[in-house]
Amino acid sequence: MNKPASSALEIHGLAKCFDRPAVDGLDLFVPAGEFYALLGPNGAGKTTTLRMVTGLLKPDHGFISVFGVDVLADPVSAKQQMAWLSDEPMIYDKLTPMEYLAFVAGLWAVDSAVAEAKARDLVGWLGLEQHAQERCESLSKGTRQKVALAGALVHDPRLIILDEPLTGLDAASARLVKTVLRERVNAGCAVIMTTHILEVAERMADRIGVMSSGKLVAEGTLDELRQQAGSGHASLEDTFLALVDPDASPGTLAA
Amino acid sequence: MIQTGTTTWFARHEARLAWRDWLWLMSGGRRRRGQRVALGLFVFALVLHGVAYLSLVHSTELLGPPDKRTLVLITGMLAMYAALMLSQAMEAVTRAFYGRADLDLILSSPTSAWRLFAVRIVAMAVTIALMSLALATPFINVLAWLGGPRWLSAYGVVAALAMVAVSIAVVLTAALFRAIGPKRTRFVAQIVAAVIGASFVIGVQFAAILSLGTLSRVALLQSSVIVEYAPGNTSSLWLPARAVLGDWPALFGTLAFGAAALTIAVFLYAPQFGRFALAAAGVSRKAVAQTARRSTFRPRSASQALRRKEWMLLWRDPWLISQSLMQLLYLLPPMFLLWRSFYQHSRGGPLIVPVLVMAAGQLAGGLAWLAISGEDAPDLIASAPVTPAHIIRAKVEAVMGAIAMGFLPLIAALAFLDLLSSVAGFFGIVFSAASATLIQFWFRAQAKRSQFRRRQVSSRIATIAEALSSITWASVGALAAAGTWFALAPAIVAIAIIAGTWMVSPARHEASRRASAVSA
Repeated sequence: MNKPASSALEIHGLAKCFDRPAVDGLDLFVPAGEFYALLGPNGAGKTTTLRMVTGLLKPDHGFISVFGVDVLADPVSAKQQMAWLSDEPMIYDKLTPMEYLAFVAGLWAVDSAVAEAKARDLVGWLGLEQHAQERCESLSKGTRQKVALAGALVHDPRLIILDEPLTGLDAASARLVKTVLRERVNAGCAVIMTTHILEVAERMADRIGVMSSGKLVAEGTLDELRQQAGSGHASLEDTFLALVDPDASPGTLAA
Repeated sequence: MIQTGTTTWFARHEARLAWRDWLWLMSGGRRRRGQRVALGLFVFALVLHGVAYLSLVHSTELLGPPDKRTLVLITGMLAMYAALMLSQAMEAVTRAFYGRADLDLILSSPTSAWRLFAVRIVAMAVTIALMSLALATPFINVLAWLGGPRWLSAYGVVAALAMVAVSIAVVLTAALFRAIGPKRTRFVAQIVAAVIGASFVIGVQFAAILSLGTLSRVALLQSSVIVEYAPGNTSSLWLPARAVLGDWPALFGTLAFGAAALTIAVFLYAPQFGRFALAAAGVSRKAVAQTARRSTFRPRSASQALRRKEWMLLWRDPWLISQSLMQLLYLLPPMFLLWRSFYQHSRGGPLIVPVLVMAAGQLAGGLAWLAISGEDAPDLIASAPVTPAHIIRAKVEAVMGAIAMGFLPLIAALAFLDLLSSVAGFFGIVFSAASATLIQFWFRAQAKRSQFRRRQVSSRIATIAEALSSITWASVGALAAAGTWFALAPAIVAIAIIAGTWMVSPARHEASRRASAVSA
């Protein structure tokens, strides 16, 4: 199958069923150089979708391609181009941030000299210098999240997939992370991020996808989403609620 | 309706939590397994009763009127049991100080927390008594069947020992807390618990080797020297042993002593528990700095990176190190026997090889669980551009490498004494460690490293299979070291155990499911 050159992620007919359908015939296209935010209520299927893309979960049906590589047919080549970061930073308590980065670089077979220089840059950018040689067990949740983010970036992925990456970060750290991610997008990478913080999606995303009950119910820029939701929804919050639950009228909760 | 905040209310709360925890432990966290669990427990109890019957049916000296030899034997056994109980009690008390599960809620509530801690200290005694009885009950029941109902009083003695063990554990842990502070107490208490648990057993084994040239503890306790130098039949030292034998005043005295010790511990230390718990919670995790090494970013393949990571994590885990050291402590008596055999030019190999093989199997099982199931960053590993086969191979290599580092020097030392035993030991260790690793691989279930203590509950079959395979390979090693072809018989049994384990493993079901999906 020939893929457009600009395709970072392409999904067709993706489906996964647990007790009920979690993802139900999803189609999605994200070009390179785009920041894409995936929104949806709890249980909408966002994390399941992203876990299938990163090879952490096997789909029941469907096709996933990352930069033209079929994820199901050639997972190793596809994973070489991706990074996955979940909301719960999964790092090793007994390793230092630098040892963790060296380990991740080893897994992605990054040249050791390049990896070391890259790790030092990331540690500097993310303000981790003073913790670089401390074991991760003593680090705060926000600092651990930054270490995990550095791990996701140390092998220069072309597609960065993040599940609620700003959870547990203070305002300054969150801004730092957003800046780092935006730089990656400007450099031609694609970033796909789930978030419950609608303001983050509004400010950062080039396009927003809204999932509900395993399906993509709306997609586009903020203005396009407003149009899809109908008039009278000024904020993304109102727009989002109108898209995922068209029966709910604005102000219901306030009342 | 029970009034809230009272001791009874807390006791009911704790009992409910303990019951659900036990159910979770028995069912491996899966629902709808009640009948299977009950059936499994019944079969296990039957097997244990069978083992107890076979062990005791010829022990006629235990069934007659008590003589000094019997009193010495029972007292020695009770002392070993008490040492293990004390070890468990220290672990439990330490966990109570440092566990944060609900302490924040309780300590921040307007309820008087000392009642809860009083209930928790008593609950520890009950738990430890029940855990000890799980193994002792078949023996007590069989003794009661063969020698009369007087033996049922042993239940009371176990309860009394548990009360005394918990009292001593509370006092010891509190003393450690005051002496070295909350930062160090956790680690030191674990080491002390391990040493206490092992020391009496090892001490008796050393004495047995020195005096009788054997590893048998029973042989030492029944030796004429010990019996001769032991106090007379009327000594109060034999009170617990007499209680076991159905002497009602002795049983009452033992129980009263245990209850008094526990009551004093509760009244003296329950009010301080909250303070200890708050101090433990206030301990920030000490920042451990590592020296920056140039080798951190040395060129490595993914497999090398995985192996190095596993070894670093194993090496930096103090709890695991303490547990491994305890296993090595149990190796000291056979090593001492080896040393003596070397100077006496006798063949100690057939005695030493099974101990080494058994220890290697058990250690490999633990390490394999940590490497394969206890992965703290499963998403990172699974999303890396490495095939699952590569990942598993690297992890297995890490486990076998650690076993090789621990046991090869011992095998090399054995080669100087007895080449045949050394060869038998080498292959026994390889097969035992490989079997344990395979079993852990087939029964792998994602977990955190911190859940290591509960690894046995993820699968009873895996735990039992691992133990059976280690024991059987140890028998193979012993017989091979003795130079007999009879070693083939337990080898066939060991292979059958491994094959049977594969047949019932989730890995096999998964493989069958995949095969049928492909053919469909």
